[in-house]
Amino acid sequence: MPPFLSFENISKSFGSHKAVDNVSVDVSRGEIFSLLGPSGCGKTTLLRMCAGFEEPDSGRILLDGVDITNIPPHKRKVNTVFQNYALFPHLSLRENIAFGLRIAKRPEKEIQAEVDKMLDLVQLTDHADKLPAFISGGQKQRVAIARALINKPQVLLLDEPLAALDLKLRQRMLVELDGIHDEVGITFLYITHDQGEAMGISDNIAVMNQGRIEQIGKPTEVYEAPRSSFVAAFIGDTNFFEGTVTEEKGTEYLTVKIDGFPDVTVFNDKNAHKGDPVYLSIRPEKFSVSVEKPAENEHVNAVEGIVEEVIYMGSHTRYWIRVQDYRISTNRQHIRYALDEKPIQWKDRVWLSWRTDDGYMLERYAAADEKLLILPEE
Amino acid sequence: MPTMIPRRRREEWLLTLPTFFWLTLFFIIPTVIVLAIAFKPAAPHGGFGEGWTLRTLMELGNPNYPAIVFRTLWISAVATALCILIALPVGYCLARASRKWRQFLMLLVVIPFWTNFLIRIFAWKQVLHPEGILKKTLVALHLVAPDATLLYNAGAVMLVMVYTYLPFAILPIYAAAEKFDFSLLEAAQDLGSSRLGAFYRIFIPGIRRGLLTATLMVLIPALGAYVIPDIVGGPTSEMIGNKIAQRTFVDRNLPHASALTGLLLVTVLVVTGGLYVLVRMRKIPRALGRSLAATGTGNLTTTAENTAPVTPESIADLVAEEEKNKEENAEEDAT
Repeated sequence: MPPFLSFENISKSFGSHKAVDNVSVDVSRGEIFSLLGPSGCGKTTLLRMCAGFEEPDSGRILLDGVDITNIPPHKRKVNTVFQNYALFPHLSLRENIAFGLRIAKRPEKEIQAEVDKMLDLVQLTDHADKLPAFISGGQKQRVAIARALINKPQVLLLDEPLAALDLKLRQRMLVELDGIHDEVGITFLYITHDQGEAMGISDNIAVMNQGRIEQIGKPTEVYEAPRSSFVAAFIGDTNFFEGTVTEEKGTEYLTVKIDGFPDVTVFNDKNAHKGDPVYLSIRPEKFSVSVEKPAENEHVNAVEGIVEEVIYMGSHTRYWIRVQDYRISTNRQHIRYALDEKPIQWKDRVWLSWRTDDGYMLERYAAADEKLLILPEE
Repeated sequence: MPTMIPRRRREEWLLTLPTFFWLTLFFIIPTVIVLAIAFKPAAPHGGFGEGWTLRTLMELGNPNYPAIVFRTLWISAVATALCILIALPVGYCLARASRKWRQFLMLLVVIPFWTNFLIRIFAWKQVLHPEGILKKTLVALHLVAPDATLLYNAGAVMLVMVYTYLPFAILPIYAAAEKFDFSLLEAAQDLGSSRLGAFYRIFIPGIRRGLLTATLMVLIPALGAYVIPDIVGGPTSEMIGNKIAQRTFVDRNLPHASALTGLLLVTVLVVTGGLYVLVRMRKIPRALGRSLAATGTGNLTTTAENTAPVTPESIADLVAEEEKNKEENAEEDAT
């Protein structure tokens, strides 16, 4: 099936700053696709080009097979939910939502019926005649969504739609947004810098950094199999290890020497060979922490370290464990009643172990990405 | 705490008193005196005589006056409309210009004030003079006939009025436009509106308070204009202001001048009141349309009705609505 919305080799510069650098993205019909990245990564520029507010310097945008690159915004079957909502302050919620249909000069009866349907969808029927200044942030958000959806766009663009809301409301709106998507079945292009939102709502995520796409994949793929150190560190927390292949164990596994560690076995999905440098990303939750040395197992790596920092979080505890130059971030879920356990404490000697398949070899590594990791003050 | 309320009231009163006295002494009393003189008989050598009379007021019935009032109204209205039409795009561009440009452009707007008002109007007289540069240029370009007159008519008065009052229209419109959220225009375009449509449907209603202020800032001084029609106008463009001056300085008939002043005052009040009522009335057909649409019996709500350009809502209404809604929202947030 050909992609529904595709960005083909898009580049855009503002002065000397390359905002978007040769980006290609394909979005399937009906999915929620997220562009995820830190501020200034080019995701908003990409969205604005899709809406028609910016023109790419090169490349083209296809929507349902039609080149829309140079079509002005008001002629595109694309609507946007703006970050600050951009509700029209002088119009009631009803008239805000009706705006697109009024421009399209649809018959009044039809407009009212459609608006009523939308008000019902976003549960704002009781507030229909209020002005935007008099409703809460979450309600404004819903009006913005209704105002865009009523035009039955081919793609709904959402520009950091939850950024202005507080945490609890953000989580609730995310579920609501997902529900609305299920109901209307329109393709969503979702822009966010919040990895939690992106992971929670998306079918596919494109992780962007400095104007480029770092990786495109399902949420589980970008989380579990990050291609670059940026993706690994930006989405969730992780630990980076640098080593050298000392031995190939058949085609599937490698033995890797990491400074300060006993020999480590790593799943070889990158076709690395003896002598190659490798960079590993291991997520904190992949480690087990134990006081006793774990039983020898060829599928488990183990290393001894000293607990440097403990943060109890209720459902789990976070530990930072020192092994030579590494400070390894890990956590432990308290699936059992925690008061009955002997707690692991500061300065304790512990064993860290992880399954050989749970470390992931990175294709690209940049030392600067270590700044994205969460480490306590030294 | 019920004792708090009277105390706050008293403080309010104390704060208001100085202004109240000031206004009474220097505005209300003088106005009343001026208006009272209209009921005095005219003295033959200027000033006014003893006793009270309604004769001067009756003389306002002279068919000459309605014509002058009407002329004053339409010259002022056209000048105001032109000012607003020019000030709108200027205010828009000023608000969108970069900081550096904006300062420069603002300077251009206020620079004329550095020269005396009378000198500037005499300068216009030179420009519009039959032997002046503008006339000669236009004739050379065959845009006007050689015997056409640019000076001493209503056109000249309007032109100079627009020139003089334009900054008073630009400044409030700019002040409103500067606070306007221009991303709303993108939102309108996103929803299918053209650039011009977004300007008309979103920008103009968004700055409606500034527009109303600009209208009043130009219209009210224009209605009372005296110097401009006196210098560049002629007998066919005489306005109330000229008549008042003539009665005062030439005829030395103070009661008559006072009566005309009263007439001007009433005109201004009727016009501003009319604008206000017009603005208020806009709400009635809209509300009616909504209720009709709700009952399904038909509708009066057309596109123009709902997105018409100038719809300044009553501030009091808004505040009341806000209070009400805030309470409702507070309840909602609590649950």
